[in-house]
Amino acid sequence: MIVDRKHLLSSVEMAHFVAHGSLALEGVVPDVLNDRDIAVLETGLPAHPYGTPLDTVFPAGTFVRDLLDLPTVAGAVQSLVGPHPAIDHHAVHVRPPHGGEAQPMHADAVLDTRVDAFDVQLMYYPRAVTLEQGGTLSVPGTHLRRINESAIGRYQNLVGQTRLVCTAGTVVLLHHGIWHGGRRNDSDVPRYMFKIRFNPTVRQLRLWNTDDIDDPAVRAELSTALPWATGPEGRLELVNRARLWRELTGDADFDIDYYLTREQLRPQLIAPGATDTRLGGGRAADGWGL
Amino acid sequence: MTGAPQPTDSDTDSRTDGVADSFSTPSATPHLRQQLLILYLATSSLDSAVAGWTRYDGTGRSAPTMGDGDEPPNATGLDALLAGWRLIQMSQLMPPARGAEYDVSYLPHEFLFERLVDIGS
Repeated sequence: MIVDRKHLLSSVEMAHFVAHGSLALEGVVPDVLNDRDIAVLETGLPAHPYGTPLDTVFPAGTFVRDLLDLPTVAGAVQSLVGPHPAIDHHAVHVRPPHGGEAQPMHADAVLDTRVDAFDVQLMYYPRAVTLEQGGTLSVPGTHLRRINESAIGRYQNLVGQTRLVCTAGTVVLLHHGIWHGGRRNDSDVPRYMFKIRFNPTVRQLRLWNTDDIDDPAVRAELSTALPWATGPEGRLELVNRARLWRELTGDADFDIDYYLTREQLRPQLIAPGATDTRLGGGRAADGWGL
Repeated sequence: MTGAPQPTDSDTDSRTDGVADSFSTPSATPHLRQQLLILYLATSSLDSAVAGWTRYDGTGRSAPTMGDGDEPPNATGLDALLAGWRLIQMSQLMPPARGAEYDVSYLPHEFLFERLVDIGS
């Protein structure tokens, strides 16, 4: 599956993903697919071992493959994890009416130490999601924080969190580290969500359409301030975004503000005027003045 | 072997029973229950802005949960004091691990508040 360049994400969109850890493709799946998908989701899908090739898990002609082959979806996935990703796992989540408790806030799987690669989780909503249906809550910009799964379960709400409300056929792509949780369904109708986790099989280097790499909007996206990180934590977030952008672009000198650059300022050149040779050659206990 | 006599099984049983009995003593304030408010602030200063919040309700009258609101109950930690909450713990300032100074993880500025509520009224 190689996608035409015109369907790939732009640099501005990639920068948005790096800053927020998410990208929403609102209503990109046509109703004819959404209607077909509900029936399949209700019966469930066969599981496969972790890391199975996409072509094996979702062969051509299956409904999931039709979903993934939509140019907008395929272009976004390829931009983030590259062509021919492996399928980590997939799952159908159905929240019955007035059913279930809210999940504790968490990041999926286990603490992930990668700084030069990431998985992407696709969340597909074949039906519209209202606020009372308890769509997924996620907190933009939390994906680079190293935490272990539901160890953050004590956090109920963060300023700037997103409680998903969307039209039918919406696809949301998330960095694996994003803090999120399924909310309680307080409505009279079930809520459907289908999730696929993708593993990259190539280095995540310049996989998107980089034609706009010099657009000032790229830096603006990367510099986005997060409402929950207005203080010193926000500065650390900028450092970590710059580090990830270095990995994705191959530009080892990229910086936001001057944080990473300043830290490397340790000149070794000795200035010509530093000629007093009496200094720097002291004996033990010189400080006592003996 | 010398020293204090070793406890017998019957002694152990009586001490275990004593714990149960002691913890069954009626509360001196049976009409009071604790409500907890945890605020995550932008800095270590109590009067800095709220970045996140969590509530637990010991009255059993409500069940605050993940994602139950977008607006924080207080704008700052100090505002919580002004609203009558009592601060009972704040997080220490921890130096970053050497070599991991830029790493980000759990929210560092946690403030725990309580208030006691009369459930008889």
